[in-house]
Amino acid sequence: MNVPAAWYLVLAAVLFGIGAYGLLTRRSALIMFMCVELMLNAVNLTFVTFARTLSDIGGQASVFFVMVVAAAEVTVGLGIVVAVFRRRHSTSVDELTEMKG
Amino acid sequence: MSATAYALPSIVVFVTAALLIVVGALGVLAVRNPVHAALSLILTLFGVAVAFIAQSADFLAAVQVIVYAGAIVVLFLFVIMFLGVGRSRHDHVEPLVGQRPLAALGVVVTVGGVIALLASSHWVTGATSVSGSSLVKGTGNVRQLGTAVFTTYLYAFEATAALLVIAVIGAVVLARRERVTEEAE
Repeated sequence: MNVPAAWYLVLAAVLFGIGAYGLLTRRSALIMFMCVELMLNAVNLTFVTFARTLSDIGGQASVFFVMVVAAAEVTVGLGIVVAVFRRRHSTSVDELTEMKG
Repeated sequence: MSATAYALPSIVVFVTAALLIVVGALGVLAVRNPVHAALSLILTLFGVAVAFIAQSADFLAAVQVIVYAGAIVVLFLFVIMFLGVGRSRHDHVEPLVGQRPLAALGVVVTVGGVIALLASSHWVTGATSVSGSSLVKGTGNVRQLGTAVFTTYLYAFEATAALLVIAVIGAVVLARRERVTEEAE
C-alpha cells in the first residue's frame, strides 16, 4: 500500500513555505523567479496527490496546464529581467524605484 | 492507520523524494551564487518527479524532467551566463527592518494553518471519480491524460497554444536590442 496522501500534502506545504520565504526575502529577481518555480511545483505536487487519492485524471490535466503557464511565465519574466539588466546593470529588485511615490 | 501498514518501498521512495525536494529548496534559498541556486532547483525538480512517479503520474514526471529541468532551468542558466550575474551583493543589506522574521512568521503561520486545516478535515475529502477508469489500474497514464486533455480540456489546450505563441513573441520583443531603429534615425 502506498504511503498516505497526508505525507505528500505536508511535503508540498513545506515546499510552498520554503518558496514563499525565499520570494519574500531574496533580492535578486532571478532567485525570486526560482522561488516562484518552487511554489508552482508545490502546487503541482498537491494536484497529483489529490488526483491519485480521488482517482480523477483532472488533477493531472491541471498540472499539465500549470506547467505550460509556468514555461510561458518564465520566458516572459526572464525577458523582462534581461531588459531591466540592460538598462540598470543589476537584477536587484530594490533598485527599481521609479514608481516610488 | 499505523505506519507499519504501508509497504517499505513506498516509504523509501517518499523519504527519498522528500529529501531531494527539501534539500534542493533550501539550497535555492541559502546559496549566494545564482548558478548554484539553479542547480539546487534541478535537485528539487527531480524530487518532485520522483513523487510524481510514486503517485502514478508517469507522463507528468517525464514532462517535469524534460520541460522543467531540461528547458526552464537551462533558460535560467542561459540568462545567468548571458548577464554575467555574479554573487549577489544585495542580499546582505536589509532595507526593510524586520523583513526576514516577519516573512518567516507569515510563512510558518500560513503553512501551519493549512496543515492544521487539512489534518482537522480528514486530509482529502471530495467525490471519488466514477466516470473514468481508475488511475492505478487502467489503460495507462499517458492514454488517460491524453484523452482528458483532448476531450474535456480541449478549449484550455487550445488556449495554451495561443498563450505560448504570445509568450514567444513577448520574449522576442523584450529581449530585442533597439539598434536597428537607432541607426535608422
